[in-house]
Amino acid sequence: MARKMTGAQMVVQALKDQGVDTVFGYPGGAVLPIYDEIFQQNEIKHILVRHEQGATHAAEGYARSTGKPGVVLVTSGPGATNAVTGMTDALMDSIPMVVLSGQVPTFLIGNDAFQEADTVGITRPCTKHNWLVKDTEKLSETIHQAFHVATSGRPGPVLVDIPKDVQFADGTYKGKPDTNTSHYQPRTKGDADAILAAVEALEKAKRPIIYSGGGVINSGTHASAALRALTDGTGFPITSTLMGLGAYPASGKSWLGMLGMHGTYEANMAMHGCDYMLCVGARFDDRITGRVDAFSPNSFKVHIDIDPSSINKIIHVDVPIVGDTGSVLEDILTLWKERGSKTNSEGIAKWWQQIAEWKKVDCLRYNASKTTIKPQYALQRLEALTKKYDRYITTEVGQHQMWAAQFLGFEDPHRWMTSGGLGTMGYGFPASIGVQIAHPDSLVINVAGEASWLMNMQEMGTAVQYNLPVKQFILNNERLGMVRQWQQLLHGERYSHSWSESLPDFVKLADAFGAKGILCTDPADLDDAIMEMITYDGPVIFDCLVEKHENCFPMIPSGKAHNDMLLGEASTDGAITGAGGALV
Amino acid sequence: MNALHIKKGSSRKSAYDLKNPLGDIVETHTLAVIVDNEAGVLARVIGLFSGRGYNIDSLTVAETDHEGHRSRITIVTTGTPAVIEQIKAQLGRLVPVHDVHDLTVEGRAVERELAMIKVAGTGDKRVEAMRLADIFRANVVDSTLESFVFEITGTSEKVDAFIDLMRPLGLTDIARTGVAAMARGT
Repeated sequence: MARKMTGAQMVVQALKDQGVDTVFGYPGGAVLPIYDEIFQQNEIKHILVRHEQGATHAAEGYARSTGKPGVVLVTSGPGATNAVTGMTDALMDSIPMVVLSGQVPTFLIGNDAFQEADTVGITRPCTKHNWLVKDTEKLSETIHQAFHVATSGRPGPVLVDIPKDVQFADGTYKGKPDTNTSHYQPRTKGDADAILAAVEALEKAKRPIIYSGGGVINSGTHASAALRALTDGTGFPITSTLMGLGAYPASGKSWLGMLGMHGTYEANMAMHGCDYMLCVGARFDDRITGRVDAFSPNSFKVHIDIDPSSINKIIHVDVPIVGDTGSVLEDILTLWKERGSKTNSEGIAKWWQQIAEWKKVDCLRYNASKTTIKPQYALQRLEALTKKYDRYITTEVGQHQMWAAQFLGFEDPHRWMTSGGLGTMGYGFPASIGVQIAHPDSLVINVAGEASWLMNMQEMGTAVQYNLPVKQFILNNERLGMVRQWQQLLHGERYSHSWSESLPDFVKLADAFGAKGILCTDPADLDDAIMEMITYDGPVIFDCLVEKHENCFPMIPSGKAHNDMLLGEASTDGAITGAGGALV
Repeated sequence: MNALHIKKGSSRKSAYDLKNPLGDIVETHTLAVIVDNEAGVLARVIGLFSGRGYNIDSLTVAETDHEGHRSRITIVTTGTPAVIEQIKAQLGRLVPVHDVHDLTVEGRAVERELAMIKVAGTGDKRVEAMRLADIFRANVVDSTLESFVFEITGTSEKVDAFIDLMRPLGLTDIARTGVAAMARGT
């Protein structure tokens, strides 16, 4: 259906045709024609953020909690450069996102015009693909292609840079069905021979483990369903990366907890000692593997990934399967059942006995306190008091993020939004806004550290403007906790700039923005305070003053193997002495 | 901390394990990459190599299918076998890339490079340069009383050899195209 319209009208029409209901953005000179079109319609809701980075993270939160692409609209120059962090974050964590940026008019490009930046040049390495559209005739098709690329294969962020004169000019609108996307069609179906090899080895495995990742979440709920069926059918233990939490339920009988640098003892020991590893939609990141040459030395490794470049990148695997995790898991499950649902049950029973021994280590234990709120305790109470709610959790980056991963249980996919690959402080708050927009009636909590939270605190304005009841659960240790922990363990307790000398009064800050602030300092008050936060209808900043020098354990220091973990309190006792102890 | 054997306060551990896990023998491969001839495609390919720390020994690019808007990029690169595999996989996932051929693996390929070489001189040296050019089947494409510009086509090794011979004979300027390569047979 070809229709004449302006470029700006095409943008809005293309978004409608793509089923977009929400755009996160910030206006500016080079996108004014598009904003004018947005003003004249009601189908697409525009959320005005307070900083473009906030828009990108909000779009990520929206995308991660719905499975649909997040859409961002920013202006040229600083608008686009401010969006770079969010695009890089989305690229690292494979989040589908479409960023539309304004650009100076085509005849000014290259002239160092006001608010001009080489946006496609700057964003080339931090997007899956990007386009500069110089001709209105090509605009609608490009936007449809952008959505196709963002959501096909391994998802990721894309950017379409649209000069202002292209927005004003008339052209022919091409609909979604008329758009040629034929050449970008990543393979989704796994190779049958490889799947057979994976199943044959699976049937014989004595010490198997399933290591799942964000690829299972990205593939959709059918992938999580297949993962659960395979795990429960085989009785194999399962662990997951930070990105994959929720694909298999935390209450499931085969769940070992998260693996990796701050993963559980049993998960990491099982990874090290297994003889069969089924890696599903994970990428052997350095936070996962520890020392590469000592990584799971005696296992037969099967790797399912939609991105061929993830396979054999870091760890050599025996059976690579390129394909969509959902499709491949379903094929594996079908074939395994056809062949009689065989497992080495005797070997696996022994393996579970060994795992039970490891579990006895109780690696997440910590020294409780009656006077100070321990961050782990705060999260245990948050878990207990919010579990029955329709709950979504986002986090910032640091110790609190790892504790949240350890102490909160996720029963379903798309419930856990965190910055894994890039580790972006400031991610969680805007992400919680994006989640709340997508799920207006759900309980959305951002587990934060005070330092991370301050990085995008301007988004309080957004939360209040749209009356989004996001709960900012700040574990306030007045420190850059993870930096401090590393300085303690690795840099002679020289706490170089890991301490905020002046922090705001968060209750007054909430008040200033027109939100509610809650301060909690005593473990005895914690439950009531959390309930007050949950039941309040509106955004809340919860300032939870926690133990200042708590360390996050277990920990595999970089360059160490999985069976070389730092465990708990024994190593923190007396660890803070001298100059470190003098810090307040 | 006992399990670790890290001395408390020791700062010799860096945040990352810097040892290259892929350390192995380095190989040279010639890749032919078929891409959409669109704005920025070369920057994407080059940016991939610089961003991920891969080597480019030679790179040539030109449109080869005008109607189909296709270009062919020929890249000669070096790396361990694992790195070469990564390079191919990373190139393959760029959206405008249609095909990545590893000509070194796909069978013996024909590789050619063109160079123009300016040699200035008179007397015996000039005569010797002309004689050697004849042996190498280099053509004279420009001539003055004091100089020649030779055009030579061949493998990179042949071009290297010719340049080495011209050096003592008054070589003043070199322009090379980089390698173009194609698989033999059908």
